[in-house]
Amino acid sequence: MSLTPAGTAPGYGALLLRGLLAGLIAGLLAGAFAYTFGEPKVEAAIAIEEAASHAEAAAPAAAGHAQDSATADDHHGEDALVSRNGQKGGLFLATALYGVAMGGLLATAYALLRRRLRTAHDSRAALGLAGAALLGLVLVPFVKYPPNPPAVGDPATIDQRTISYLSVVVIGLVAVWAAVLASRSPRVGAPEWVRACAGLGAFLVVVVVGYVLLPNIDEVPSTFPPSLLWNFRLSSLGTQVTMWTVLGLAFTALLSRLGPVRPAVPREPSESVAV
Amino acid sequence: MPKVQAVRPLSPATVSPRMLWTATGVVVALLLLAYLVAFDQGAVSRSGMFLHELMHDGRHLLGVPCH
Repeated sequence: MSLTPAGTAPGYGALLLRGLLAGLIAGLLAGAFAYTFGEPKVEAAIAIEEAASHAEAAAPAAAGHAQDSATADDHHGEDALVSRNGQKGGLFLATALYGVAMGGLLATAYALLRRRLRTAHDSRAALGLAGAALLGLVLVPFVKYPPNPPAVGDPATIDQRTISYLSVVVIGLVAVWAAVLASRSPRVGAPEWVRACAGLGAFLVVVVVGYVLLPNIDEVPSTFPPSLLWNFRLSSLGTQVTMWTVLGLAFTALLSRLGPVRPAVPREPSESVAV
Repeated sequence: MPKVQAVRPLSPATVSPRMLWTATGVVVALLLLAYLVAFDQGAVSRSGMFLHELMHDGRHLLGVPCH
């Protein structure tokens, strides 16, 4: 199904539709990855969280924390609003909706920026944008604020952590943008390695300044198993890398099915010769 | 001298003001959707904590601070 006649440049609607569909595919596959590799770690972390909250509730000295442990129980316990099985199914809902949102944003970025990206290949433009998003939205935030499983993190600081997380996401995107601008700044004809160095330098300056300015957060309890923390973070990273890799590839594949755009004006000799 | 492209890019030829407005609306709607998954605690969805709890695992594994 195409919203535009064959051979003409596709409109925003046609691109957006493909982005949303690619996002749905990416979200479901990321959900499958998360379900397979991430859920066992979430389960193990919740077991630790519940053991800790029960121990706290049993200790008389921890009266001040009784409120905290009660809320922790609401979160995952038997009388929870959503059962653990519900939350495992909700995982797919979350990744699918998130994927659709990111797919639409990728398609919008592509529609607005395609003609500013200096490549003749649509697929490289689309994959480049997805790669930039992976770097700015996932990898830069991951290094500063790695994701935490249940039982890690103080509920009292959630607002501050959320603001810091959103800040590092913005810094990641600005860093990628700065890298592109810087790589274009050397004079015309400058060697490729000069452009790459300029881009890398600008990226590192923005990221390092951002990392230094943002507060450090370390709320991992000393009793939490380090290997479980590492495995959880790895599976979370895998989920997000799956999301953006599949999104980029699926969007590119759906784009290519639009077919080449024939020149709207009658062909001039120069256009038919160029390859 | 610019290179001549045999194939035109698969994208709108120009960014019209109308397309820019549409895109702005779409971006706002999609960010709201992402917000629902990542941060909402019932304030926007009016579902109480139901949606928040339902998508709890996804939030953890998508790397968003949860609790």
